[in-house]
Amino acid sequence: MSFDVPTDRRYLESHEWTTTDGDRVRVGITDFAQDELGDVVFVELPEVGEDVTKGAEFGVVESIKAVSDLVSPLSGTVVDVNEDLIDAPELVNEDPYGEGWMFEVEPSSESEFDALLSADEYRERIE
Amino acid sequence: MGLRKPPLHAVHDGRASFTEFGGWEMPVEFDSIRTEHAAVREAAGIFDVSHMGEIEVSGPDATTLMGRLTTNDVTELDPGDTQYACITDEDGIILDDTMVFRLPDDSGAQYLFVPNAGHDAQMYDRWVDYRDEWGLDATVENTTEEWAMLAVQGPDAPALAADASDGATRDVDRFGAAYLEVAGVRSFVSRTGYTGEDGFEFLCPWDDAEAVWSAFDCQPCGLGARDTLRLEMGFLLSGQDFDPDDEPRTPYEAGVGWTVDLDREFVGRDALEGVDSEGVDERFRGIQLLERGIPRAGYEVVDADGEHLGHLTSGTMSPTLGEPIGLGYLANEAAPPGTRVRVVVRGEPKQANVVTPPFIDT
Repeated sequence: MSFDVPTDRRYLESHEWTTTDGDRVRVGITDFAQDELGDVVFVELPEVGEDVTKGAEFGVVESIKAVSDLVSPLSGTVVDVNEDLIDAPELVNEDPYGEGWMFEVEPSSESEFDALLSADEYRERIE
Repeated sequence: MGLRKPPLHAVHDGRASFTEFGGWEMPVEFDSIRTEHAAVREAAGIFDVSHMGEIEVSGPDATTLMGRLTTNDVTELDPGDTQYACITDEDGIILDDTMVFRLPDDSGAQYLFVPNAGHDAQMYDRWVDYRDEWGLDATVENTTEEWAMLAVQGPDAPALAADASDGATRDVDRFGAAYLEVAGVRSFVSRTGYTGEDGFEFLCPWDDAEAVWSAFDCQPCGLGARDTLRLEMGFLLSGQDFDPDDEPRTPYEAGVGWTVDLDREFVGRDALEGVDSEGVDERFRGIQLLERGIPRAGYEVVDADGEHLGHLTSGTMSPTLGEPIGLGYLANEAAPPGTRVRVVVRGEPKQANVVTPPFIDT
């Protein structure tokens, strides 16, 4: 099975993706991750203003069959959260790189972003 | 030792994802659990459940042997009848739950029962050991790898089964069973299942499984949907809702006390008579979460003061209701149905109601 791995973003081995837009970094989970989980039925996200830490748990995504912790790719402050996922967690399955995004963070360090995986590196890990 | 594979493993390969269950590598999901679950509730789905065991018992003392090793009254069964029963140890703890079939007269054996996945060898040994200890004249055969088992479940299942059998399944009543030709294959057909829906289970020779599977034009379903379907009905899952090591429970605690006939002698009877007269401390209940979150196996249930009331053994988001539901054992006196409790979801107590399963009407 082939999974979508867009080249315009960076990845974690734990299957989160990031994109940058000015000072903000948007975070979600990958196509591979949503497929592994199956039907997503619940997402628990951080609150705006909360600090997150690179490598630390920032929330939980649950499918009908499994619970999975979400790991923050970066340290920083949460500046936006995708509230649509509360009522429509299935967006994570339907559009993991678009409508299924999870939160945006203002990172406290540029260097952490550079350490993330490229699309090619991430693809190697899931194939 | 590698995992046992069902006869249709190669047929499913590439169409389904697989999981280990009871030592078998079984399809867990074909499309999505939600899709498969909805198909069974609204139309029909077909499951490969060949991981279930089959033990056949025959001979002059077959009825005595079956009766002494299962909790229900096997003498009530006429040929072609089925019966749900528990298999208990001397302490009345459930080792397994099973369907017992009194086979139609044209079979060599008198009984066939279906242990849960991976329990077939253990149950075979148990039957043979007790037979020898009691000096009974009975033949016990483990035919698990001779029979494939397929289940077609859902409101459209009767019509699909009739099409595949030239109408023969129309004569099989709910909980009845017969030997019939299905897709040209002589099969043992019972009108039973594990989803709460009308439907059939087909035992067919291992090598003919593909012919029977292919005769049903409906949604293929994996063990993932089977779990959400049975959970909505409050049906027990072996190894999770009861387990002699990790979740030792009597039939009375597990809500299946109705399978226990104390008017006969069977292994565990005396212990269960004591439990029946003294009552149980904890009982199998359903819970419906009232706040955001998903109840899961192992989560603690507490009262408003944080006092322990019990724990969950199963839980999910009900695909039919769109509500989070769970099953587990709660203090009998303190948490009857209707009680407001808290389920501790990752450290946070969330409000829930105690309910009596099933969660849905079928």
